Amino acid sequence: MSDATQPDTAIAGPVLAADGTPLKRSLARSLRVQKMRAMALIAPLLIFVLVSFIIPIGSMLFRSVENGMVEQTLPLTVVELQNWDASTGDLPDEQLYAAFVADMVVAIDAKRHTRLGTRLNYEQTGMSSLFRKSGRKIKKLDPATDGPFKEQLIDIDKKWGEHETWAVIKTHSVAITNGYFLNAIDMQRTPDGAQAQPEDKRILITLFKRTLIMSMIITCSCIALAYPVAWLLANLPARSANMLMILVLLPFWTSLLVRTSAWKVMLQQQGVINDVLVWLGMVSDASRLVLINNQTGTIIAMTHILLPFMILPMYSVMRTIQPTYLRAAKSMGATNWTAFWRVYFPLSVPGIGAGSILVFILSIGYYITPEIVGGTKGVFISNRIAYHISSSLNWGLAAALGTILLAVVLILYWAYDKIVGIDNVKLG
Amino acid sequence: MKTKLTALAVTTALVAPAAMAQEMTIVSWGGAYSKSQLRAYHEPYTAKTGVSIINDDSSAEAVAKLRAMDEAGNVTWDVVDVVAADAIRLCDEGLAMEIDADTMLAAAPDGTSASEDFGDLLVSDCFIPQIVYSTTFGYRTDLVGDTAPTEICAVFDTDAYPGKRSLEKRPINNMEWALLCDGVAKSDVYDVLATPEGQDQALAKLDTIKDDVIWWSAGADTPQLLADGEVIMGSTYNGRLFSVIEEQKQPVAMLWDAQVFDLDGWIIPAGLSDERKAQALDYIMFATDTQRLADQAKYISYGPARKSSAPLVGKHADMGIDMAPHMPTDPENAKNTFLYNYEFWADYRDDIDAKFQAWLAK
Amino acid sequence: MASLTPISRKPLSFVLPTTAAFGALLGLFVGTANGSALLGVLIGAAIVAAMGAVFILVLKNEQMAKWISIVGVAALGFFFAGLPGAIIGALSGWFFYWITYWLYEGRYRAKLLPYLTGRQVLWHYTFRTICGAIFVFLITPILVVMPLSFNAEDFFTFTPEMLRFDPEGYSLKHYRDFFTNNEWQRSFKNSLIIAPIATVISVSLGTLAAIGLSQSHVPGRRAIMAILISPMIVPLIISATGMFFFYSDIGNWLEGTLGLPKTFVGYVKVVLAHAVLGIPFVIITVTATLVGFDHSLTRAAANMGANPVTTFFRVQMPLILPGVISGGLFAFITSFDEVVVVLFVGSASQKTLPWQMFTGLREQISPTILAVATILVGISILLLATVEILRRRSERLRGMSPT
Repeated sequence: MSDATQPDTAIAGPVLAADGTPLKRSLARSLRVQKMRAMALIAPLLIFVLVSFIIPIGSMLFRSVENGMVEQTLPLTVVELQNWDASTGDLPDEQLYAAFVADMVVAIDAKRHTRLGTRLNYEQTGMSSLFRKSGRKIKKLDPATDGPFKEQLIDIDKKWGEHETWAVIKTHSVAITNGYFLNAIDMQRTPDGAQAQPEDKRILITLFKRTLIMSMIITCSCIALAYPVAWLLANLPARSANMLMILVLLPFWTSLLVRTSAWKVMLQQQGVINDVLVWLGMVSDASRLVLINNQTGTIIAMTHILLPFMILPMYSVMRTIQPTYLRAAKSMGATNWTAFWRVYFPLSVPGIGAGSILVFILSIGYYITPEIVGGTKGVFISNRIAYHISSSLNWGLAAALGTILLAVVLILYWAYDKIVGIDNVKLG
Repeated sequence: MKTKLTALAVTTALVAPAAMAQEMTIVSWGGAYSKSQLRAYHEPYTAKTGVSIINDDSSAEAVAKLRAMDEAGNVTWDVVDVVAADAIRLCDEGLAMEIDADTMLAAAPDGTSASEDFGDLLVSDCFIPQIVYSTTFGYRTDLVGDTAPTEICAVFDTDAYPGKRSLEKRPINNMEWALLCDGVAKSDVYDVLATPEGQDQALAKLDTIKDDVIWWSAGADTPQLLADGEVIMGSTYNGRLFSVIEEQKQPVAMLWDAQVFDLDGWIIPAGLSDERKAQALDYIMFATDTQRLADQAKYISYGPARKSSAPLVGKHADMGIDMAPHMPTDPENAKNTFLYNYEFWADYRDDIDAKFQAWLAK
Repeated sequence: MASLTPISRKPLSFVLPTTAAFGALLGLFVGTANGSALLGVLIGAAIVAAMGAVFILVLKNEQMAKWISIVGVAALGFFFAGLPGAIIGALSGWFFYWITYWLYEGRYRAKLLPYLTGRQVLWHYTFRTICGAIFVFLITPILVVMPLSFNAEDFFTFTPEMLRFDPEGYSLKHYRDFFTNNEWQRSFKNSLIIAPIATVISVSLGTLAAIGLSQSHVPGRRAIMAILISPMIVPLIISATGMFFFYSDIGNWLEGTLGLPKTFVGYVKVVLAHAVLGIPFVIITVTATLVGFDHSLTRAAANMGANPVTTFFRVQMPLILPGVISGGLFAFITSFDEVVVVLFVGSASQKTLPWQMFTGLREQISPTILAVATILVGISILLLATVEILRRRSERLRGMSPT
């Protein structure tokens, strides 16, 4: 705008606004005011979300690399471990054992040694009980007078005389670790660098792939089911559309847990669908369909749960498409199909986009429904995250998995923005 | 001087109870189990002391929530009901307070010290056992054919007992049963399970029935599956099966063979204020005495953890059934049993769980 | 839309084969259940076609045909499958009568544009049938939940008594449990407190921010947008643990420094946590509505002397209201149906309905959950219907013709 005033300025001096300031400055000021006003409107929410969500989540995700526990619990030992060369295959010397006992006595007093044992047990099975059991005996040692400790410790538990034990402690004594991320992609941090997990423990990559593929299938089936319904709602007279809208909204008012249980009642082998099919003679009693506790179950139940999230944005977009466009296309000789595909469909893409992104993101993060109806092959990565948060307490791994999941979603979001444009999204 | 002392004693006596918090939060599992605790412990305790008890049904998330509370420095729970394995984890993490059984718990009526009365069941320094429950199998009497299953390996015998079974979606218990039915002697089970070959062997055995298994994760699943006839047999907690059989009158019977005993009990979170700690200890002292533990068995079929409580177990409070024969610890039921190996699973849980989940997903 | 198209009777050569096809379909089911599919198809087709012919050529009385058809097929159904069969029979009998006359009288064309070809008419009804099937899919769980909530047993199972329509199999005990059990009442009340307040917070803050975001010169718009919708993206279990830390600190501060009562602080924590979860929905819906908003309207209002607040409430708000309402609906449901975060952030006195249901499902399956769901569905049908009636009334009052 200010550029447009340039030629005038060149001819007749600065253009002045009503109050006598140069127009350029006045416009800049009004732009600034506008920006300030916009930011003032956004600020309360932005600060609220930043403080109460982004920062806490960020610090939660930071646990995926944070690994100060070994260093804090065994400070002297960690220093000594620097001098020990794990690759020679020799056991550490007496000095390290003495440092270890000194550290442990302090740690046992503060009851931190078992916590370290639990942490190291994620990496090496048996560490948990090693620390707990040895702790009871090390407690009685006096680091100043009872030395030398090497033999005594090996007497307490022969694992202290194993090279591997010390190698594991050394490997995980760094303050910032990539160990959790390696674990999250089925690898592990070893003294010899990152290595793949043994084959029978690889599960997380499979789950990531499955989560993505299943979420895509769910999104596609939601599109397929929502499109005709949204079209119908958008093209019916408002009266009937509103009545039908109640049917779309009703499932929303039924708790997710109840809906999932209801699907269980419907789909199981002694369930409603199988009973009806058997009663009608479509399926024999011996070969009832397996519809639940597998991927089919997850797809059916999740599609149902997320369908309203697809219908509503589609409907709001389709409502704005004038039916006259289609008639115009047809009057100009387009077949029904061409009129739909070349005229109507492109106009409805923003609705599909908004619905898809909503459904896809929501389905990636779900874990209660897959847990209940998914059986063994229908569970998602979120189920593992929940397991590590609430059962195994391996929050580092949970955070690493969560970070990866978040990164995947952000990449998809970015890709969507590039391809379709996030402004081109309508919901409700 | 004397009057002064008396006055002091009187004021202390008056002030001491008042100084205790008048409200405490006790965390438990909810459902019928919480109800049994309410009637056996909470109501008499409130009647006795006037302390009101808030019940929080968060035991399933207790480990994670206690850790978060501890890190945030704001522990809002006073007493928490957890299974023994979780208690050990909490104790290892320094999230639960250590309890000295002899000084902090009531002795048995005959004077036996608490540590002796609980015996081996004090599996962790922080844990006060409350009940012995078992994970065992129930089967549909009308769906298993003419010969009802009598031993655990029927679960793996799909020829004799065709149909689905439900097992818990975790390695614990399932691995032991699999090895037991694959010819491993009961005394060797954990030695075998500690080796990668042994783990493979157990998974290979489970593989033979993998297609016939419905995996459960909530204790209420198996009763529902049995009631639907969706499975012909399934593992769950014995109290749930009791309710299915006796309260709901479903055609289900118990298969006690190779039941795995486990413990459920109290912990007190670490880091409580002195006042709240005293209150929590007072409650624990009350709720885990011989009579109280025996009382709980009137409402739910789990065995009291004290030896001295066993003879006091009577009839069900509402149904009037004799409860003793329904206890997992009853000699008739406990002919062949396991005790959950806490030490082993504390070490191997993460490792074997990863393998188990990978096997499930295959 | 009254009759668009003049309708005329159709030839029997069109009506009878079509109705016979539906008869054959039912015959197929009955036939397979009784041994021979082929025989079932033939008999079914023959009966329905014959019925149609008799009605049209001999009886010529639509009302009588209706009752004959219903009673006749119901009797057949009763013969094959007892009471449930009779009910299905009665329904199909009504359907056969209806489809026969619908086709014969040409009623199916009455509401369609006159120039449609036969194939287009066929497609029109096929499409309606597909949509109908999808609607059935949508409400299936509710159809299952409603009868099961009257179950006399404590399981989610259709017992043989229920299938026989034996009154023994039904009971209201789960409803009684809901209304008499303190835990259920308290959690219901908590949900009714928490969800609306959380919704109001997310809607008011979210709408303001969305208006800010829709202005033309916002620095870092994309980043802000990403931040604001992030609560939707982060897996809930991670959000729950992360938020727990924040809200315990806040809780400590509110209780310790400001000395507020514990229960009140507990509600504040859950309400704020739920408000954050609802925000992305409000932001997305309201910004979408604002994309098409004509800003010259606000300028016009300002020009005529309205201050920004008046402009907002009198001009902008009514126009973006639909977006705000649907965003609010999403936000409300998010809070009303949320279980993971409240499990972490809340404590016993803030136990919400989903939490109570979650414990119910895990610890002891009880159809009380289904009774609650049924009550909620009932309430929401009433609410939605009331809104719809009010809307029609206001339309009528404003003299608008229903569109």
